[in-house]
Amino acid sequence: MSKPIVATTSLAGCFGCHMSFLDIDERILELIDLVEFHKSPINDIKEFTKQCDIGLIEGGCANSENIEVLRDFREHCDILVSLGECAIMGGLPSLRNGIPVKECIHEAYLDGPTVGSNTQKVLPNDDELPMILDRVYPCHEVVKIDYYLPGCAPRADLIWNAVVALVTGDEMELPYELVKFD
Amino acid sequence: MKKDGKLYFEIDGKPCYAEEGQSIIDAATENGVFIPSLCHMEGVKPAGSCRICNVKVDGRNMTACTTPVEDGMIVENDIPELTELRKAIVETLFVSGNHHCPTCEKSGNCELQALAYRFQMLVPRFPYKFPEKGVNPRSDQIYHDRNRCILCKRCIRTVTKDGKHVFAYHGRGGEDLHVAIDEELASRLTDEEALEAMENCPVGAILKKERGFEVPIGERKYDHQPIGSEIEN
Amino acid sequence: MKGKISSIINKYNQDRGRLLDMLLDIQNEFSCIPHEAVGVLAEELDISEVNVEETVSFYHFFTREPAGKYAVYLNNSPVSFIYGRAEVAETFEKEVGVSFNEVTEDGLIGLWETADIGMNDQEPAAIINDTLFTELTRAKVKKIVRAMKEGKEIKEIAEDVAEAMYNRDGLRTMVKNNLHTKATVLFSEVELGKALKKAVGLSPEEIVEEIKDSNLRGRGGAGFPTGLKWDFCRRSKGERVFLICNADEGEPGTFKDRVIMTQLPEQLFESMAIAAHALEAQEGFVYLRYEYSYMKDYLEGVLQKMRDDNLLGKNILGKEGFDFDIRIQLGAGSYVCGAESALIESMEGKRGEPRNRPPFPVQRGYQDYPTVVNNVETLAKVAPIMIRGAEWFKSIGTKESAGTKLLSISGDCQEPGVYEMEWGMTIREMLEMVGAPDTQAVIVGGPSGVCIDPTHFGRSVAFEDLATGGSMILVGEQRDLLEEFILPFTNFFIEESCGSCTPCRDLTVILRDKLLKILNGNGSQKDIDELYEWGQMGKDANRCGLGQTSANPILTTIENFRNLYEERVQTDEDYVSTFDFEKAVADSCEAVGRVPNIPSH
Repeated sequence: MSKPIVATTSLAGCFGCHMSFLDIDERILELIDLVEFHKSPINDIKEFTKQCDIGLIEGGCANSENIEVLRDFREHCDILVSLGECAIMGGLPSLRNGIPVKECIHEAYLDGPTVGSNTQKVLPNDDELPMILDRVYPCHEVVKIDYYLPGCAPRADLIWNAVVALVTGDEMELPYELVKFD
Repeated sequence: MKKDGKLYFEIDGKPCYAEEGQSIIDAATENGVFIPSLCHMEGVKPAGSCRICNVKVDGRNMTACTTPVEDGMIVENDIPELTELRKAIVETLFVSGNHHCPTCEKSGNCELQALAYRFQMLVPRFPYKFPEKGVNPRSDQIYHDRNRCILCKRCIRTVTKDGKHVFAYHGRGGEDLHVAIDEELASRLTDEEALEAMENCPVGAILKKERGFEVPIGERKYDHQPIGSEIEN
Repeated sequence: MKGKISSIINKYNQDRGRLLDMLLDIQNEFSCIPHEAVGVLAEELDISEVNVEETVSFYHFFTREPAGKYAVYLNNSPVSFIYGRAEVAETFEKEVGVSFNEVTEDGLIGLWETADIGMNDQEPAAIINDTLFTELTRAKVKKIVRAMKEGKEIKEIAEDVAEAMYNRDGLRTMVKNNLHTKATVLFSEVELGKALKKAVGLSPEEIVEEIKDSNLRGRGGAGFPTGLKWDFCRRSKGERVFLICNADEGEPGTFKDRVIMTQLPEQLFESMAIAAHALEAQEGFVYLRYEYSYMKDYLEGVLQKMRDDNLLGKNILGKEGFDFDIRIQLGAGSYVCGAESALIESMEGKRGEPRNRPPFPVQRGYQDYPTVVNNVETLAKVAPIMIRGAEWFKSIGTKESAGTKLLSISGDCQEPGVYEMEWGMTIREMLEMVGAPDTQAVIVGGPSGVCIDPTHFGRSVAFEDLATGGSMILVGEQRDLLEEFILPFTNFFIEESCGSCTPCRDLTVILRDKLLKILNGNGSQKDIDELYEWGQMGKDANRCGLGQTSANPILTTIENFRNLYEERVQTDEDYVSTFDFEKAVADSCEAVGRVPNIPSH
């Protein structure tokens, strides 16, 4: 019997959730016995070439590329999991949600204290660049999400419990110490 | 039913005793029963505003903080219908403000967050609203962040030594109501008063300036035990 | 400015409890509550500025910026749109030269929106300063704006544009009564003073018994037995006792109290005196909604005449120690103040937030003394019952609903107006009576009531079936029920929520957004189910009637018109995203100067 296939990605996130995933330490050896990894920064596979069972999404959607990747994941994964606060509610990037995007761009490229090197006052407008969204969207506003693992980052044990439960079909345990929003 | 001059009542079948005039929530606490609430606070008039302490008395919903115990009262508290309602109210508060727990000074000591933990909220069932709320850093002592305010009225029911209100509701309705701060009075608060205002706030909306992140993760109030476990026996 | 404000504060003896009156006077004087006034009020009343502002910001008719020398408040009730509100609004904007929520540069004219002003039978209607303008048309609006620009007196302008003026004892108004009597309890000829004379000969207990016997129940909507309420109040044995007549008729679609107060104020006040005798109350109040301030002077005149005739005042009708007088307290624009304990808070000069119960107002009400709050219609029925007796009253109506009810009927029908009819009439009979053959829905009891479809039209208007405070909004087949009625009514509840209870304040917004998701074509069957499920939560969880019923427009239409929701659902999927790619990238692309390249899928 073939092993369940897992894909992961980080959208508008800090990779902290992936770091936390690696904090399962030596259980990573058990994990590779249990599942096969497909598209993921962990193995650097860049494109989907087959249907996956589980997709773990870190980060919310701040730009058009995030949207496209997320939709790609929805298409290629039977189960999608929002991993961490950014995927669930926008997280830190969504602190900008109360500020019009134009002001954000001006602060970043024209008016802010760190724009010293942008002497030409260039705004990023190349067609190849992702387009910034008007606000940061939680993943479940864009596609259907099946499960949520909160935390900043989610505790390694929580991720481990969840992946094992999804793979084995067992009930997932949610001990008090593991479900935290920070 | 009375015993030693105390009123007898039951919460979920557990025999309890209360003083005449005592509210259900206070009596419950004394009897080792936790009834969750976000607006209730010792020393101020109950507001009955967060609605989380809704219990059933004779099948009717009543807020435990505003309803006095009556002799022989039968109270339902820990039942699926009420847990579901309370969880929904907590979720309502999460989506109606901007609660960025990872960036908040109160995280780990926040009662809203603690209730969400207790009710095992993984994601609110309602869509996030990301409302524009604003902050007011202008007073000398208090940093007032309305993004985190849950409008529980704790701050607006407290007064300074000379009986003045530093905080008050402003506006009305689902999209306009907020808490306003009297900047001048807030600037005149003593360090102790400002710290007390911060501690009274169940969330991180009222912060004493230059205070925060004092207790490391792992040692905060709700890191290891759910809110209410200090009451329950 | 400070001097003027101080003298207003002094007029009310620096009594913080009269803050509402002070603010009304200040708004009147400066067409706003100036910043300086907040400071002076705070200082002289010894409270903080945020405490003054919490009250100011609660009421719709207090503004922080000048509202205009002529402040035009145009009603925006759903029914007003049936009668051409949109073109009236457009004409105002065009003629005045500013949009709504703006004031002309010279400060002369301000255009504002306001919720249901109790004129649904003669829409479109507007309040300009304290004068009512009804049945507005393009032509009338042009005339009004021209006259305002000429600086004419507002009352004079009303005379000029009105087709006819209603005239009674100094009240001159465009507002029509539109009264139809099908059964007569209220509008039977009652000789002034006769009922009170009889009451004075009875003991308070005997009066309470008579009212209890009559089975008179509250006409505001809740239907609480009036005699029982009085009895509870008597049992509280207060040192002082207050009687308040609730004339804050704010439920959208109701306007019957307006007609009672216009046509039968003597009977109302006489009934209050009888109630006062029964309750041993010395002071009475009429809490009059701001929208009806045009009749305040008139009502004051009636009160004075009754004092002169010894029907009010000291030793009424010669009875030693029977002292009772009535003061009119004006509101300032808030729907929730119709809830009795919110009304009491407002009377005390505070935000109109409903109180927690217990204690009930009959135990601890105005200024913490036992207080009875009765609706205008309830009280006005006391005098006829006194004269003709409980048995007579019970012989009219049905078993559980004695007497008559005033219905305020508006919307799609030939003869909108106020109808006095016996309890027990069916909806179908009612529709025939007013000429409404093609009715899609009847909103019984206003938005806080139920919205019924034709399968319910055989039901009767009575406490035992369709209980109602009397608002009947008829929705014709040609209307979009959800867009034109249910959405604006839900927005109305969001705006009018005092904000105290979490579910009322925040959940109603969530419901509205979910409703919009469905109306915008992004809904699923699951969304309809969730909308219903979430709507149920507030029913038991909130403190007051507003919060408990704010989901009713949505809930009762999902129950009775689910097909209207399902028509908007475009897919069998249970998840539909509201994410709009094009819209989401538009602003940033514009900001950096690039053409959006939206992926095709």
